[in-house]
Amino acid sequence: MKLTLGPVLFYWSRPHLLQFYADMIEQPLQTIYLGETVCSKRRALSLDDWLGLARELRQQREVEVVLSGLALVEAASELSALKRLCDNGELMVEANDMGAVQLLAERQQPFVAGPALNLYNAHSLRELQQCGMQRWVPPVECSGRLLQDCLQQLDDLQVPRPEVELFAYGHMPLAYSARCFTARAENRPKDDCQFCCQNFAEGLLMESQEGEPLFTLNGIQTMSAKVCDLLPDYPALQASGVDRLRLSPRAEDMAAVIARYAAVCGGAQPPASSEGCNGYWYGQPGMLYVQQVSS
Amino acid sequence: MKLVCPAGSLPALKAAVSEGADAIYVGFRDDTNARHFNGLNLDDRQLDEALQLIRQRGRQLYIAVNTYAQPQGWERWQRAVDRAADLGVDALIAADPGVLAYASQQHPDLNLHLSVQGSATNAQALAFYQQRYNIRRAVLPRVLSLAQVRQVAQSSSVPLEVFAFGSLCIMAEGRCHLSSYVTGESPNLCGVCSPAKAVRWQQEADGLSSRLGGVLIDRYRRDEPAGYPTLCKGRFVVDGQRYHALEEPTSLNTLDLLPDLQRIGVCAVKIEGRQRSPAYVQQVTRVWRQALDGLLAGRDVGDQAGTWQQTLSRLSEGSQTTLGAYHRSWQ
Repeated sequence: MKLTLGPVLFYWSRPHLLQFYADMIEQPLQTIYLGETVCSKRRALSLDDWLGLARELRQQREVEVVLSGLALVEAASELSALKRLCDNGELMVEANDMGAVQLLAERQQPFVAGPALNLYNAHSLRELQQCGMQRWVPPVECSGRLLQDCLQQLDDLQVPRPEVELFAYGHMPLAYSARCFTARAENRPKDDCQFCCQNFAEGLLMESQEGEPLFTLNGIQTMSAKVCDLLPDYPALQASGVDRLRLSPRAEDMAAVIARYAAVCGGAQPPASSEGCNGYWYGQPGMLYVQQVSS
Repeated sequence: MKLVCPAGSLPALKAAVSEGADAIYVGFRDDTNARHFNGLNLDDRQLDEALQLIRQRGRQLYIAVNTYAQPQGWERWQRAVDRAADLGVDALIAADPGVLAYASQQHPDLNLHLSVQGSATNAQALAFYQQRYNIRRAVLPRVLSLAQVRQVAQSSSVPLEVFAFGSLCIMAEGRCHLSSYVTGESPNLCGVCSPAKAVRWQQEADGLSSRLGGVLIDRYRRDEPAGYPTLCKGRFVVDGQRYHALEEPTSLNTLDLLPDLQRIGVCAVKIEGRQRSPAYVQQVTRVWRQALDGLLAGRDVGDQAGTWQQTLSRLSEGSQTTLGAYHRSWQ
C-alpha cells in the first residue's frame, strides 16, 4: 500500500505552504499532490510556483508529484488557468472536472481522476480510461462494497483495473457552490471576500443548534466536520483492491498521522478504533463511525 | 426559447400540457432518476397515456435517467435507456458517462440531453459530452452567473437549457454529498436529497423542531413558518451566530432575466419540481407560458409582470425568491 498526500484544501499563506511541504518531504510518502482545487481567487502560489516547488521536492528525494486541478470551473479565466495546468509539460494532472478530462484527453496526457469526478461504475471508468485515466480516486461517498463491485465489473468487461487511491484521512470535501460560505459567515460579499478564508487554517466549524459538529466551511467548499479515518479498517481496504491511501492535509500534526499510517502499511497492527468517521466505507451515513467487530 | 416543465404524475403532466409547456420531463418509477420519491413518477400505462396526449397536442416528452449507475443493478439503467428509446421519447436526460455511452452506442437516433447532475459548468466539459456522446443539449447547474452563462454559450456549440424557477440547489448539482453524509442517501446514487424517511418533526415546549438523520436542522417558534428540512437550508451555528449558514429557504426565480437569457441564446428554460403537485405545475406553467409568449412577441408586458411575480412568490419556498447565482451579489 502506498501513501499519498492530497492537495491542501484550505487557504494557507505562502510561508505556511512552503514550511508544510518542507516538513512533508521528510515523510514516508510516495506521492504528493500540489495545487489549488477549491477557489481560483486563492493565489498564494502561482502555477510557476507550484512547478518550482515540485522540482525542489523531487530534487530532495524520489517522490511522485501530481498537480491537482480546480473542481468547480466556471469563469473563462478559470478555464484558461486549467489549460495552462494541463499544458505544464512536467507533471501528471489530477482532473477534478470533466473540462480537465477533455483538455487532457485532447493532449493525450495520462491523468488521475480526482474525487470530484462522478465515477461510480465500470462503464464510466472505461470511458475515462479511454481518455487517459491511470488512477482513480473514488468519490468520497463510495462504499467499500461499491468499490469492489466496480473493480469486479471492470474485470467482467475485461477492462484493466486503474490504480485505486482511496480518500482515507482528513476532512472530506462534500460539496461545491457558487457561494462562498466563509465570506457569508464573515458578512462579506464574495467579490470582496478579502481572502478571509485564510484566517481559518482548517476551515470554519458549522454546528447544529444543539452543538453537534456538522460541516466545515472552507470557502465555496463544504467539508465534513468530522475527520475521516480509515486506519482501523486497513485490512478491509487492502482486501478490496485499494492501492493507495490519500491523506488529506490538516493544519496540525500531519507528520504524526503519516507515521501512524506508515506503521500499519509496514505491518503494524491497525488501531482498534478511531475518533474519526468511516461511515461511507460501510455504506452508512458518512458522519458515522462504524465499529467493525473482528471475527 | 422552449418552456420545459416537470411532471411527477399524470395529472401534473396533463396540467403542464394544458397550460402550454413545450416539453414535459418525467422519470421512471425507480432509482434511475433524480426524483426517486415515494408515489412519484409514471408507470408504463401512465407513460403510454402521457405520450399519446403529448403527440396529440404536438408537445415533447423528455425522460430523465439521470442518477449515477452502480454495478449492482447496471441493467436497470440499461433497461431505462432502452425503454425510453422504445417509447420514442424526444430526449433522454442523463448524467453518467457510462449511461450516456450506452445510450449513444445502442440508440444513435435518441436525442441526448446532459442532465444538470452532469455538473458541466464550462465549454470544455460540454465538449467532452458532445464529442463522445453527441449530446444535443445541456442543462447548466445553478451555480453560474449570467455573465458566465453568456461565456459558456459563446464558447460552446451545445444548445443550453437553464433553470428558470423552483427550488434552488445552492451546491453545484452532482457535486454535493451533504445528504449522504447525514442520511446515507445521495442524489447521485439514490436519486434523493434529504430523504423524507430520514425526516423527523418534533413538537417541543417552545415550538417545532425538524431533524434529518437525527441531526437538528432547524427550530421554529410558533409564529414562524416551518420548511422541509433540506440540509443546506437549515439554521446552524457558526462562530456563535445562529443563521442560515448555507442558504435561506427560497426559490429561484429568473422571470426578470428572461430577455437576457433570450439574448444569450439559451434554447430552453426549465421549471424545477417533479415532486410538486399538479396545481403547482399548472400555476407555474401558466405564468411562464404567458411571460414567454409576451417576450417572444416583443410585447411590453408592463403591469402583468407584477401579477406574475406575485403568483410565483406565493408558490415559492418561504414565499421568497432570488435570482440565485445568476446575480453576482447573491454569491
